[in-house]
Amino acid sequence: MSEDRVYNVLIVGVGGQGIILASDVLGKVAARHGYDVKKNEIHGMAQRGGSVSSHVRFGKTVSSPIIKMGEADVLLSFEQIETLRYFPFLSVDGNVIVNDQKILPPAVFTGKQEYPPDVLERIREKVPNAVVVDGIHVAENLGNPRVVNVIFLGILSKYLDIPASTYEEVLKESLKPKLVDINLKAFHEGRALAAS
Amino acid sequence: MKELLSGNEAIARGADEYGVRLASAYPGTPSTEILEYIGKRYPKIKAGWAPNEKVALEVAAGAAYGGSRSIAVMKHVGLNVAADPFMTLSYTGVNGGLVIVVCDDPEMHSSQNEQDTRNYAKFGKVPCLDPSDSQEAKDMMGEALNISETFDTPVILRSCTRVSHSMSMVELKDRVEGPKELGLKKDPMKFVMLPAMARRRHPLVEQRLKDIAAFAETFPFNKVMMGDESLGIITGSVAYLYAREAMPNASFLKLGMVWPLPEQMIRDFASRVKRLVVIEELDPFIEEAVRLMGIQVEGKSLTGLCGELSPEKVEKALTGASTAKSIGGIDMELPLRPPNMCPGCPHRATFTALKKNKVYVAGDIGCYTLGALPPIGMLDNCLCMGAGIGIAAGLDRSLGDLAKGKAVAVIGDSTFFHSGMTPLLELAYNGGSTTVVIMDNRITAMTGAQNHPGTGYTLREDPTISADMEKLAEAFGFRRIRTVNPYHVKELQDVVKEELSADEPSLIIARAPCALLKTERILPDKPLRIDENVCIGCKACINTGCPALEFVKIEQPAEGDKRKGYSRINEALCVGCRTCFEVCKSDAVKEAS
Repeated sequence: MSEDRVYNVLIVGVGGQGIILASDVLGKVAARHGYDVKKNEIHGMAQRGGSVSSHVRFGKTVSSPIIKMGEADVLLSFEQIETLRYFPFLSVDGNVIVNDQKILPPAVFTGKQEYPPDVLERIREKVPNAVVVDGIHVAENLGNPRVVNVIFLGILSKYLDIPASTYEEVLKESLKPKLVDINLKAFHEGRALAAS
Repeated sequence: MKELLSGNEAIARGADEYGVRLASAYPGTPSTEILEYIGKRYPKIKAGWAPNEKVALEVAAGAAYGGSRSIAVMKHVGLNVAADPFMTLSYTGVNGGLVIVVCDDPEMHSSQNEQDTRNYAKFGKVPCLDPSDSQEAKDMMGEALNISETFDTPVILRSCTRVSHSMSMVELKDRVEGPKELGLKKDPMKFVMLPAMARRRHPLVEQRLKDIAAFAETFPFNKVMMGDESLGIITGSVAYLYAREAMPNASFLKLGMVWPLPEQMIRDFASRVKRLVVIEELDPFIEEAVRLMGIQVEGKSLTGLCGELSPEKVEKALTGASTAKSIGGIDMELPLRPPNMCPGCPHRATFTALKKNKVYVAGDIGCYTLGALPPIGMLDNCLCMGAGIGIAAGLDRSLGDLAKGKAVAVIGDSTFFHSGMTPLLELAYNGGSTTVVIMDNRITAMTGAQNHPGTGYTLREDPTISADMEKLAEAFGFRRIRTVNPYHVKELQDVVKEELSADEPSLIIARAPCALLKTERILPDKPLRIDENVCIGCKACINTGCPALEFVKIEQPAEGDKRKGYSRINEALCVGCRTCFEVCKSDAVKEAS
């Protein structure tokens, strides 16, 4: 990883999964590390169960706020089929981190269409070392199902070159005091999962 | 000190740093957060939601007439509503700086059209600044206020979804007050636009535009950056950043002011490059102006007129291919994930009652516009803010018996106060038998819960009046006014039926707070459950489109079980609105154990 390069992280999922918070934290972490940062998300209808994507880019200097298709270094997806929806953004050398969760779109929960059955297999066909984690399960074991996003931020942090202490500082500043401990725990649980 | 700010945060911050004393807006994606940030962070700015953009601009104009720096904020289509004051404000000019912040939405992420605000700048003969990122958005707020005061003109500060909602690093400064003396000053020759006065103002407007064009030649945000001379790109807004990303070695003329244009600068740049291309989103605004100068230029023939640009689109437009090595798509049809009304949404209950009456629905703009999507499918037109009532009246009067008792208009509470009151008055005045349903969820919901004149609170959550729709309709002359809790689906269904059969205009107010609203909460937040053995699999509940419901297919039915499946409630999502209970034909919906 050279000094001049720009890191491209694409975070996707469904409204309500904490994507915006995760990408806000990542953006602030990169800024604190001294990088130039650009970040963009489409969240106009996020609260209503729509597909959400957030582009985070950092490096010495960054031009576009959105990642050029095919240049994402990491695709972090909080929902199975959303991973596939944004696949064309991923570089051939890119990594994929997937939350093993299915959120049924309207056509599926109304019984009009099937949820594709073999999404994880399809992801692994293209990216054999894709990281798949059942985030809700891990979060429930930690005692709070709402920290899924920060567990994945922990996993993601292992693919980037910014020290964990910077994430800790930003998490402490961004969260309500009573939520700090559980989220720091979640962050480190994520890092441990990525290492194993 | 530098901070990571969104374009909207930067615009709000810029308003404070450059001494803005008053801000007015109506919410609209992607512009909404600007006034919200002003409300939360900058107490020196008097700020409030206006009922609509026309009023917002007039309030801002009044402040500017009195010497204050002021801003009006809106989305692109909001300027259509404010177009009347806008066009003549150009004639009166200002006193204190007046900036109209307008946010375009290329790609229509959350809009009904893709109009390009730069055309309004030309139409109204006012300057338009076009920032690319958050730092520029903040800096250009200062520039726009200075230009406004120097040249005595309103100025458009144009943003777009990708500028407003992108974050980038911004250098912060302290607030400095504007230079103008405050007070009431009589100057009818300038401010009263009677024909005789307006005739004297118009030549001044034309001269002003020439003066600003001359200023544009040295405006520091119009920048030439020479690189490889084989390709010269003229661009602005976020398109500049895409072009930089795609073609880092090209020569650039980056325009921070897109109207009026710096003609000499463009001519000089054109003469220094071999191939000249304009990279701009939406209309060929710069391209046509350059071509009118007699300069050979390419643009929309390469990038197209529809949707937003992106780094790869620009690269492909200029080189025919992308250098990025994508892993590629997956050959699989993915179910779409359109936005949906939330679990417990009162609009779902209202649409369910309307569906039972099999009516044609003239719609409007808000969360309830999503009622057009399957499985609800109950919105039959949606044109612009406030249009539904007038459209329903037109259908009713022109079709007579063909529409009688079969059509209603629906409109939200915030949209009603925005531009639904005048068509309601028209109904009372001209008669007919139109039925109007105000879907009053007590908030401006679609844009993320903003107060309006009916909620009882201001932008800054201070208590205020709550405008009374029933009394308003009564004052207009309505005799048939009914208020119903939409969660009582059967009752609402009957009320709709009765009002449809009436021979005069009627108003139904379906009132229940937005399911996301924490104040005024009436939902029990206790999930229901469905007894899968009692459920007959008729999908009546499923067809309300509630995300807390799921149709479970029966793969191997037990003997005698003719059902294809049954409904199930996701207890984590259900808030107990009971709409499914109301429509259930088999009493399968129960209280959760």
